[in-house]
Amino acid sequence: MTLPSAYAPAPERRFNPGDRVRVKASYPPGHRRTPWYIRGKVGVIERVCGAFPNPEELAYGFSGEPKRVLYRVRFSMRDVWPDYQGAEHDLIEVEIYEHWLDAA
Amino acid sequence: MSHDHDHDHPGDESGPPSDHEVLSRAMQELLEERGVITAEQVRARMEQFDKDFPARGARVIAHAWVDPEFKQRLLADGKAACAEFGIDLEADRLIAVENTPEVHNVVVCTLCSCYPRALLGMPPTWYKSENYRKRVVRDPRAVLKEFGTVLPENVTVRVHDSNADMRYVVVPMRPRQTEGWNEERLARILTRDALVGVTIPLI
Repeated sequence: MTLPSAYAPAPERRFNPGDRVRVKASYPPGHRRTPWYIRGKVGVIERVCGAFPNPEELAYGFSGEPKRVLYRVRFSMRDVWPDYQGAEHDLIEVEIYEHWLDAA
Repeated sequence: MSHDHDHDHPGDESGPPSDHEVLSRAMQELLEERGVITAEQVRARMEQFDKDFPARGARVIAHAWVDPEFKQRLLADGKAACAEFGIDLEADRLIAVENTPEVHNVVVCTLCSCYPRALLGMPPTWYKSENYRKRVVRDPRAVLKEFGTVLPENVTVRVHDSNADMRYVVVPMRPRQTEGWNEERLARILTRDALVGVTIPLI
């Protein structure tokens, strides 16, 4: 029996599924895994992925500790792209680390 | 290893090779010059990788089609479900997303080309292209249409950006006409493109 892995617990966390969050509209240099197109956008936590070594540290050879909580955040396409031509209910989901999120 | 982002973009036709691509190529040439490896070994290894891996994703999803309990385990914890098949995923996490009459899922990595290689093999060139990565998050219905996948307006398109530590596989809807098919036969219609979500399985 393998240990459950898709929902690695992150007991110390700020957000839960259903919470509204805004991605920081921040543009620091360096290795970031927050896509530019999603910065500043408001979405809803879809799931908690667990705690992972911080990729912004790993990229430069550091340990990545302390780990950061990773979420999947669901956005309406219309909120991300104001001129979106597809259906109103279309969605995009992006993985965002907690330190990139504020409550909205 | 918890990280397997590759930042090379060999599929991009639009510009010079990246620094990583140049470094990787230079390293290979040096190793070849010193007689550590041969170009033939590198080629054969890539061929072997392709041979070993692509069928595995199809086998897992075919099993999910015939075994509803397995499908539930796969949707709950993709990595653990794959481990039942003896497939050790290179990534820490696998999220399986299910297509339904209401929702169609499609996967991209806008930052590089994160891809569930242990399930689907090497990512195809189009998956790594700037064109796909930029456009599928912006206008997914148009991109899907280019793959021959036209979705009714009432179906929700759900795009997944595989931009960090998760990897994704799509569980397509099983075509009605496949009733009674065994897993081997089902696996044959579960193409790589259907498991990325740009197509739907065709009979």
